This record gives sequence, C-alpha cells and structure tokens, in this order.
Amino acid sequence: MSRHASGRFERQENRLGYLFAAPWLVGFFGFTLIPVVLSVYYSFCRYDVLRPPMYIGLENYRYLLTESGNFWKSVWNTFYFTALRVPLVIVGSLLLASLVSKPMKGIGIARTIYYMPSIVSGVALSVIWLWMYNPSHGLINQGLALLGVPGPPWLESPEWSKEAIVLMGIWSIGGGRMIIFIAGLNAIPRHLYESAELDGAGWWHRLVHITIPQLGGVLFLLTIVEIVTCFQVFTEAYLMTRGGPENSTLFYNLELYFKAFQDYDMGVASAMAWMLFVATLAVTVVLFQTVGRRIHYEGRN
Amino acid sequence: MPRAQRALHAAAVWSLAAVLLIPFAWMLSSSLKPPDEVFADSMRWIPTEPRWDNYRKAFEEMPILLYTRNTMLITTLCILGYLVSGSLVAYSFARLRWKGRDAWFMVLLATMMLPPQVTIVPLFVIFRKLHWIDTFMPLIVPAWLSGWPFFIFLLRQFFLTIPHELTEAARVDGAGHFTIYLRIMLPLSRPALATVAIFAFLLHWNDFFGPLIFLAQESRFTLALGLMTYAAKHQSEWSILMAMSIVMLLPTLAVFLFCQRYFVEGIATTGSKG
Repeated sequence: MSRHASGRFERQENRLGYLFAAPWLVGFFGFTLIPVVLSVYYSFCRYDVLRPPMYIGLENYRYLLTESGNFWKSVWNTFYFTALRVPLVIVGSLLLASLVSKPMKGIGIARTIYYMPSIVSGVALSVIWLWMYNPSHGLINQGLALLGVPGPPWLESPEWSKEAIVLMGIWSIGGGRMIIFIAGLNAIPRHLYESAELDGAGWWHRLVHITIPQLGGVLFLLTIVEIVTCFQVFTEAYLMTRGGPENSTLFYNLELYFKAFQDYDMGVASAMAWMLFVATLAVTVVLFQTVGRRIHYEGRN
Repeated sequence: MPRAQRALHAAAVWSLAAVLLIPFAWMLSSSLKPPDEVFADSMRWIPTEPRWDNYRKAFEEMPILLYTRNTMLITTLCILGYLVSGSLVAYSFARLRWKGRDAWFMVLLATMMLPPQVTIVPLFVIFRKLHWIDTFMPLIVPAWLSGWPFFIFLLRQFFLTIPHELTEAARVDGAGHFTIYLRIMLPLSRPALATVAIFAFLLHWNDFFGPLIFLAQESRFTLALGLMTYAAKHQSEWSILMAMSIVMLLPTLAVFLFCQRYFVEGIATTGSKG
C-alpha cells in the first residue's frame, strides 16, 4: 500500500469516526453544552420564560444565600436526609449481601427476593408507601399497634416525615446496592478469613479487620454514589408530601422545582442548580482527597 | 459451617426475605378488599371475599389502556434510540481511529457526572421554542441523540472485549466498517444490548419527571403521570390505587423475572438501579 493510499484511508476513517459518533456529538451540543452555557447565563438573570432574560449580576445568589428562608431550610433538610440515609443504606445493603454471598440452598431465590423491591420506583413506590404509612389504617401502624406501640403519624408529622422517606428508600434500594457488595465480598481472598479463624478471631474482628478494609474501594464508591443520590432526592418528596408538613421534606431539588416550574423563576432555579453542582463536586473531591487516598485496592483488579 | 449455625443463617435469610416481601403482599391484599375492610381498625391480610371488581374500576377510573399505549410508545422508541445510536457511537469510540476521539471520550465521561438539574431549565426553554412542549418529542428525541451517555459507555466497554481478529478477518475480505458493525459487532454484543434495553425499559416505564415537566394534556399522559394525578385527586381510594399500581408494576416484574441475569450483570457494572 502506498503512503498516499494509507493517508486516504486515515482520512476516510477519521470522517467515518465523526459520522458514527454524530448522534452523540449533536446531542452533546444541543442537549448538554448549550443548556449548560445557558444555565450559567440564566443564573445571573431575572427570567420567567415569557419575557427575555434580564441580566442582574449576582442578585439570584445573594437572594438565595441571604434572604430566602426556604433555601436554607431545603439545604438543612437535604443534609439531614443524607446524613441519615447514607450510613443506613450502606449498612443495610452490606448486611443483605453478607447474608446471601455464600452458597446455600435456594440462594438464587433469596437474592431475587432481596432485589425485587429495587424494580419498584417512582410513582408506584410512593403510592404503595403512602398507604403503608397511613397513620390509622396503614400496615406499619397496625403492626405497631399489635405490639402495643402507638405509631407516629409518619409522613404527616414534621418529626417523622424524613425518617419515613429514608426507611422507604432502604427498602427500595438496598437490593440494588447489595448486588455490588456481593461481587465485592466474593472477590475477597478466602485465605484471609481462614487464617483469621485459626487465630481465633471473632465475627466482629473479621468484619473490621478483613471485610471492611478489603471492600475499601467498593464501599467508598458506593458511599459517594449514595451521597450524590441523596443530594438529588426529589420524586418521593414531590409525590408523597409536596415538601410538607411544615416544610419538613422540602428538599433542595424540590425547592428548585418549585422555583422553576411553579414560580417560573428560572434565574433563581439555575443558580440553585449550579450551587448543587458545586456542592456535589466539592464533597466528591474532598472525599477522594481524604478518604479515597487511604484506600488500598489490592486483591481486586 | 456447623449445622446449628447453618440453620440460624437460613432462618435469618428467609425471615428477611419475608419482611422485604410484605409491601408487595399488602399491596395485593389491599387491591382486593372492599372499602370497609380497607379501613378496618385491625390488620387483615386475606380479604373475606376478593373483590376483582376493584381492577375493573381501576380501568374505568383511569384510561389505563391509553396511558399504557403512550408509555409503551415512548419507551419502545427510546429503547430503539439507545440501541441504534448508542451502538453506533460506541463503535466509533471502541473501534474507529479519529482525531480527538480520546478527548471526546473524556467529555462523554464528564457528562455522566453532570446533575440533570443543571440542564433541565434551559432544556425546557429550548423545547418550548421548538414547540415540543406537550408532545412526546422531548421524551424521545434525546434518546436518539444518546441522551444517556452511560449506555454508550457500557456498550463501548463491551465492544472493547470483542477480539480484533474477528473484525480484522472481515476487513481483509473487504468489509467496510458499517458492515462489520452490523454483521459482527451487533450480533456478538447481544448480552450488552439486552442490558441496555432492560435498563432503558425500566428508566422510561417509570419515568415521572420528564412527563411531569413536558406533558400537559391528560390524553398524552404516561402511566406514571396518570397514577400520580389520580393519587393526588383520590387520596383515600386505596384499593383502586393499589390495583392501578399493580397493573403498572406487572410489566416490570415480568421483565425482571425473565431477564434476571442481565439485571445482575448490568448492575454489577453500573452500581445503580434503573
């Protein structure tokens, strides 16, 4: 093949490469890059969609940080929700995984059942749990009544509403996270446990000194995924409580939605979106710099 | 493991399984109860007489068939979009050499981290300018333009595992890239394509945010949006609401039970639910 011909082939493959990638390139410019640029611009504007955006500098940010009570309320709610849910989901799904990681009779069925709640999401999930949490006729309070415990009004009380959404979240996502933990647990070399058992190490010792350090990478990544998921909580609160009672479930994204699609205050909503993005990025970077560095990834490829 | 320990382990496994199934059982039981039993003061699992009529009523109170048709139309077109355009793009990232490819791939990975809230407001504005609000376009077109970069990533990773010898042999025989993509890559990538299809199915069947923002007329509603609207209006019709939820869940349950292994494989690589 002459050099000339190979150059032609290269150019041809170059063209073909762009052609094959065109659907994504077009989508990237149209549905990601341009919206991102617009979103930055809107965050410095007063904009209600009907009239053209009007530049107002940092006013939206100033308003959110110093004037809007709901903004800080939503930040606090989201923080509380995250702090409560992340450890519970991690521990819960690790527990599920450790129960079904080793071979036993009917293990496939057990795993299927553990995973099943994960396919219920969004509206159906919320409708089912609204009914489960019904203060007088729902299953949970009727069950508590059988035990002689008066159940709280759950979603109808500011003290229990966030806890209720967290509990539902564990049911709905535990099985999905479990599968990743099963893969992680099975990758831990057997001999580590065997030698620990010979040394007479108990269950707790094995968990703290073998399982958790060995799961390091998986545990760390799932924690980050879980934090990001919690920062973005929306659907459950929108469907079950609309942010109530007394704004106790007004999460960040719910407030953002209200600003954008009820008040049509697109400027403030865009500013909120950017602050969320920066907060997410900051938390991720800090975690990678502090905890992430100390994790050793040996034992898995 | 000693025998006693094994029995204890099994007991723990199955009692937890029972606890996790409770909401399903309660949903089914409630959907078959007459109103006075739904609001009974004590717990009752088996309705005295199962009321299948609740299901007929569910179909009467909400145009379930119309909403199912809308949801299926959107979901099917989205799945096709992800499969067709996603696999083309993935092929280009996995097998073609073009200028800036690796840089663009980094950009693709970066877009996976971008929270959807950042783009939703401008997207609403753009779709409004295009007169796409209250049509299915905003829900379908992004799928054809690779709106879910994760699927491209998943397919590309799979394409990379296909041995070069297979495609090189075809090239020697004079096959072009499109032929190789169509006749070699796609048939060999069935498991990855199935995983994408299943996740896309769950994603769009249950999607509620997109329809909430972009659809207005009730005749264009999806099941999720319809169920939400009905639930907001009829907060105490629990048996009807449970019947509706079951109807909406059935297809996803069926897909899950028949395609379990793709779920597990997909999740092991993604780390999230659909």
